[in-house]
Amino acid sequence: MKLELKGITKRFGSLVANDHIDLVVEPGQVHCLLGENGAGKSTLMNVLYGLYDPSDGEILVDGKPVVFKGPGDAMAAGIGMVHQHFMLIPVFTVAENVALGNESTKAAGFLNLDETRRRISEISEQYGFHVDPDALVEDLPVGVQQRVEIIKALVRDAEVLILDEPTAVLTPQETDELLDIIRQLKAAGKSIVFISHKLREVKEISDIITVIRRGKVVGSADPSASPTELASAMVGRAVSLTLEKKPAQPGDATFKVRDLTVVDHNGQHVVDGLSFDIAKGEVLAIAGVQGNGQTELTEAILGVQPHVTGSIVLDDVELLGKSVKQVLSAGVGFVPEDRKIDGLVGTFSISENMILDLYDKEPFAKGIGMKPALIASHAEKKVEEFDVRTPSIDVAVGTLSGGNQQKVVLARELSRPLRLFIASQPTRGLDVGSIEFVHKRVIAERDNGTPVMIVSTELDEVLELADRIAVLYRGKLVGIVPAGTSRDVLGLMMAGVPEHEAELTAHKTLEGGTHV
Amino acid sequence: MSTTTTQSGSGTPAGNAPSRPGKTGATELVSWKAGIGLSLLAILGTVLFGFMSNSKSAGFGIAEAANEAASSVAALVTFVLALLLSVWFVYLWFTRRRSGLASGSGTVPGWLPASTVAAVVVLGLAALGVAKVSKITLPSAAVGWIASVILLGLAGYTVYRTQAKKTTPRWVGGTFAAVFLIGFMVWIVAGGNGDEPSISLAGLIAGSVTLAVPLVFGSLSGVLCERVGVVNIAIEGQLLLGAFSAAVVATVTHNVYAGLVAAAVAGALVSLVLAVVSIKYLVNQIIVGVVLNVLISGLTSFLFSTLLTADPDGLNKPGRLPPVDIPFLSDIPIIGPILFHQSLVGYLMYIAVIVVYLGLFHTKWGLRVRAVGEHPQAADTVGINVNRTRFWNVLMGGAIAGIGGSFFTLVSVDAFSKDMSGGRGYIALAALIFGRWNPIGAFLAALLFGFADNLQSVITIIGSPVPSQFMAMLPYALTVFAVAGLVGRSRPPAASGIPYVKG
Repeated sequence: MKLELKGITKRFGSLVANDHIDLVVEPGQVHCLLGENGAGKSTLMNVLYGLYDPSDGEILVDGKPVVFKGPGDAMAAGIGMVHQHFMLIPVFTVAENVALGNESTKAAGFLNLDETRRRISEISEQYGFHVDPDALVEDLPVGVQQRVEIIKALVRDAEVLILDEPTAVLTPQETDELLDIIRQLKAAGKSIVFISHKLREVKEISDIITVIRRGKVVGSADPSASPTELASAMVGRAVSLTLEKKPAQPGDATFKVRDLTVVDHNGQHVVDGLSFDIAKGEVLAIAGVQGNGQTELTEAILGVQPHVTGSIVLDDVELLGKSVKQVLSAGVGFVPEDRKIDGLVGTFSISENMILDLYDKEPFAKGIGMKPALIASHAEKKVEEFDVRTPSIDVAVGTLSGGNQQKVVLARELSRPLRLFIASQPTRGLDVGSIEFVHKRVIAERDNGTPVMIVSTELDEVLELADRIAVLYRGKLVGIVPAGTSRDVLGLMMAGVPEHEAELTAHKTLEGGTHV
Repeated sequence: MSTTTTQSGSGTPAGNAPSRPGKTGATELVSWKAGIGLSLLAILGTVLFGFMSNSKSAGFGIAEAANEAASSVAALVTFVLALLLSVWFVYLWFTRRRSGLASGSGTVPGWLPASTVAAVVVLGLAALGVAKVSKITLPSAAVGWIASVILLGLAGYTVYRTQAKKTTPRWVGGTFAAVFLIGFMVWIVAGGNGDEPSISLAGLIAGSVTLAVPLVFGSLSGVLCERVGVVNIAIEGQLLLGAFSAAVVATVTHNVYAGLVAAAVAGALVSLVLAVVSIKYLVNQIIVGVVLNVLISGLTSFLFSTLLTADPDGLNKPGRLPPVDIPFLSDIPIIGPILFHQSLVGYLMYIAVIVVYLGLFHTKWGLRVRAVGEHPQAADTVGINVNRTRFWNVLMGGAIAGIGGSFFTLVSVDAFSKDMSGGRGYIALAALIFGRWNPIGAFLAALLFGFADNLQSVITIIGSPVPSQFMAMLPYALTVFAVAGLVGRSRPPAASGIPYVKG
């Protein structure tokens, strides 16, 4: 099946998310859409899948124009989509999820799940998925959930499969498995649209790359192009993909965590007996796939987790059991993983957000009053220093772009003298330009002599910033390894394989010449 | 912006490790709720049934049949059938359990234990009929002390299990409840006036079913709405307007069946307002529901005091839906009068429970409905029209609650009076939660509330140590326990109460 998009335009109010996009997907091809977050890739795919009506332009299937009123029409035309956030119902079984919307029935509308189970087994066998049709989706690992999504599309005889940022939630090994599945699908004659901003995967899997920037197609690239070329095409200017930094000069270890355990409301040990140190002037990166205890670890240090045992010592002072306010005044700077929920008050102005943690302290407050003039001048200064692009310091923070919002959070957290700096997912959803800026500030803080802890699920970011890397798996520390550790070893560690075993396995694989 | 949650935050760690140890590294936080709750109840039971028991006996009458011959035949047939069924269920249970233990995975289907207990209970009742027992007399002190010992034992066992960080098996709760109920009934009846106080067991249960009818309809309405993601607080209003419309239309047309239809239409009308305002205009569902209840209470009160009281014969004299006996089945002792001596509304109730249950869990329609209530965005991406599904379900729920409302004016009393639903819509909501958003569960919970309601009036008649006001509190106290999670973890549909906005 050949799929063509002609002049697709999608406007949201005055915002043009897609601007006259042309795209041709040939049968049996892996077509990559490369672009930064917010470039309009997902919007385009939602138009193609019938979730949005295009403002202009047309979609052609095998040369004939079609109109999709909803996802049902798109599926009937042979288009399947695997969403970035899986569209699975957690309390349903695999079979029920696959059947939904495409049910086989007996008389009077009664479900015939046996038929669905049979189809699932068929497809599982054909592509080597190991999926139990009667397992509850919420009990399955993320990688398997993704396969359920693929099965959902295949059961509906999809000829074109759209994968929206499919690797965001996977370990490197799971990513390799997914790429294998894509190769099989391609061999079976399916076309794949692979949406990503990760250059490594895009180069590895694609037959043709289309680069999208600010809602426009800016050109196509060959998979053999160098990463720097691809990145430059994506951003629209020359970028250096490597951060220039001096080697770390670690001082004394002033931040010590011992036997830290966090129990959640279900009684699960989400952080399980962690012990590590961070020295002054060093970056310790916490690596791991999302949901392995990173969030709870940072929240435990900040003091917002209820059931924590162990010890957290900063400059010989025990932080555990202290209130958040006491922790902050001990000199902890904290960039939360979700800036919109935990980092900023969206409806407050930039200047108000800049003093969220200092509003009651000199010089911004005196008695019960605040000093608006001083707060404004402080905001002006910080906006300048952190290059926040905004018409004024009085606009609501929620209206800024992600990159500028993150700069506001950074400006606030770095405007106090710090004894420890924690940043969780500091560049999630940011454009390449903002990423560069944030990384530079983090390294500057390190060079200032502050112990820095970075939590990131992006291996690229971990490798770029870290002086040492601690890998978490199911709340446990798999190991702490030096900065230069190879991706393969880290990937295995992120799946819970201990360090020395991971090294052996990775070594063997290299010698054998095959991929894991 | 969609307001639905995605499951990426579910905390399931990813990983392709060969084995997936589900609970490794986790100490199960065993809740002390059950242990403490049962202990307190057991102590209460010991004080009441044991120490405060008297020397009298409690009598429980089994209804005498009108037709002696038919009754004994029916009892015999039921006895044989129940015996066969019980034996077969027990056999199935044991073989499945054994094969389950052998293969390491439980293969006892969920319906089996409950069905077995039900079959055995029916067997016992039929046996009473066959033996022509017309009354059971139990000595209050002996029964009280035996019940106390069992209750304390069960509570102690629960505490022991919790102490050892193990979960308590489900049968403990069920047995505890049954023993407590028996002890309570014996104690309260023995406390009545006279030398040998007694009550009619069949009458008590039959009355409970009757009182439960509007509750069952109301909670089914709630199930239909919440399962699709809309909280229906307006059940109270739907019952009330259903009752009002049934009375007026049945009087005007001189046809009770027309009244029944009018009640369904009235309930659906209330739902229409709820659906349009909350689904299309995204107003908070709970606020709309409460406002509708107040509005309908005011509207019906106004119309009642102006129009209906002015012309009661022309507007408020609907006549009754008579009870209909199902031949043969209604002759079975105890069970017959309870199940098969109902008005049309009562039979509709049984049908509605079964239809809603099968529909929700075994049909294409039900799968889609539940998907919309759990994760509307996912339903949308497989081509299901979320808001249309919600709209029709809410309308259907309203119609069902409306029929429940007709019970008040066509079956219970044959005239409408002010606020005659008396808060039963809210109790229906509690039954829905108690029944864990399941039609069968909601039905059983409604029966329990109906039982407590009926017990209160029966006790008032025979005279008893417990003030009837205390009994009137019982359904509400039960609800608090239920909502506090004493009956186990109840999980509402994930998207219940959250409007769906596309994109």
